[in-house]
Amino acid sequence: MEIGLAHYLTVAAMLFTIGIFGIFLNRKNVIIILMSVELILLAVNINFVAFSSYLHDMVGQIFTMFILTVAAGEAAIGLAILVIYYRNRGTIAVEDINLMEG
Amino acid sequence: MIYTLCFYLFAIITVFSAIMVISSRNPVHSVLYLILAFFNSAGLFVLLGAEFVAMILVIVYVGAVAVLFMFVVMMLDIDYSELRKGFQKYLPIGGLIGLVLLAELVLVGMGWGLGDPVITDPATAIPALTEMSNTEALGSLIYTKYIFLFQMAGLILLVAMIGAIVLTHRKRPGVKKQNINKQVMRRREEAFEIVKVKPGQGLG
Repeated sequence: MEIGLAHYLTVAAMLFTIGIFGIFLNRKNVIIILMSVELILLAVNINFVAFSSYLHDMVGQIFTMFILTVAAGEAAIGLAILVIYYRNRGTIAVEDINLMEG
Repeated sequence: MIYTLCFYLFAIITVFSAIMVISSRNPVHSVLYLILAFFNSAGLFVLLGAEFVAMILVIVYVGAVAVLFMFVVMMLDIDYSELRKGFQKYLPIGGLIGLVLLAELVLVGMGWGLGDPVITDPATAIPALTEMSNTEALGSLIYTKYIFLFQMAGLILLVAMIGAIVLTHRKRPGVKKQNINKQVMRRREEAFEIVKVKPGQGLG
C-alpha cells in the first residue's frame, strides 16, 4: 500500500491527541505537562513537513525550523521558571501554584 | 516496499513512545521515551525528504531540550509518586476529551477527503535533488526571502537565553567575587601612604 499524506497526518493527529491527553492525565506534574507540550509541537511539525513534501513547497520546512526555535526557547524558559519556583517553595505541584490568587 | 516498512516502523515507535512519555511512572523514563519519539520522528522527516529539518530535530531536541529536561528532572529532589496521585481520577475525563479531539480530527480529515492534494505551482517549489540538495534549497530561501523571520528567530533565542540566565542567577551571601569596577576605580593615594621614618625611631 502506498504511503500517502493521510498516513503522516494520522500519525500527527495521534501524537497531538496523546499530547492533550497527557496534559489532562498528569495534572500535578509540571515537567510531564511541558513534555506533552513538546509532543504537541512535534505533531504540528510533522504536519508542516508532510504538507511541504506532498505539495512540493519549501515554506513548510522553513516554518518547521521557526517552530523548533520557539519550542526550544519555551522549554528553556519554562524549566528556568520551574527551577526558581522549586528553589523558593520546595515543591512543583500544580495546585500549590497559587501565589497570584488567580 | 522498504519505504512502507520504514514508515510503519517509525510511526508505530513514535506513537508508542509518546504514550509511554505521558504514562510512565518515573519521569526519567519519560524523558528517555521523549528522546526515542524525537529520533523516530526524525526518521519520518527523512522519509519525507526533509533531511536538514530531521538533523536539526535530532540536534536541537535530543541534544539540547531533552538533556535540559533530564537535567531538571534529576536536579529537583521531588517525590514523584506524590505527584501521580490524581492519575486515576483524571483518567476518565482526560480520555473523554482525548477521544473527542481525535474524533474531531478524523472528521476533519474525512471531510477533506484525504485524497491527493492539489499541486498548484508554488512560488517556493522544492527543487529536484539533482539540481540542489535539501539543505541548499532551505538556505537559499532562508537567507533571502525569509531573512527577517530568520533574524527574529535569532532574537527570540537571545531573549530566551538572557531570560533563563536572569531567572536562575542568584546572589549567594559570603561568596567573594571580583569587582572590576572597584578595581579600576582604585587610586594610588588611597592604596598606600608613604611614611618617612627617621633613623632610630621605628614606626611605633
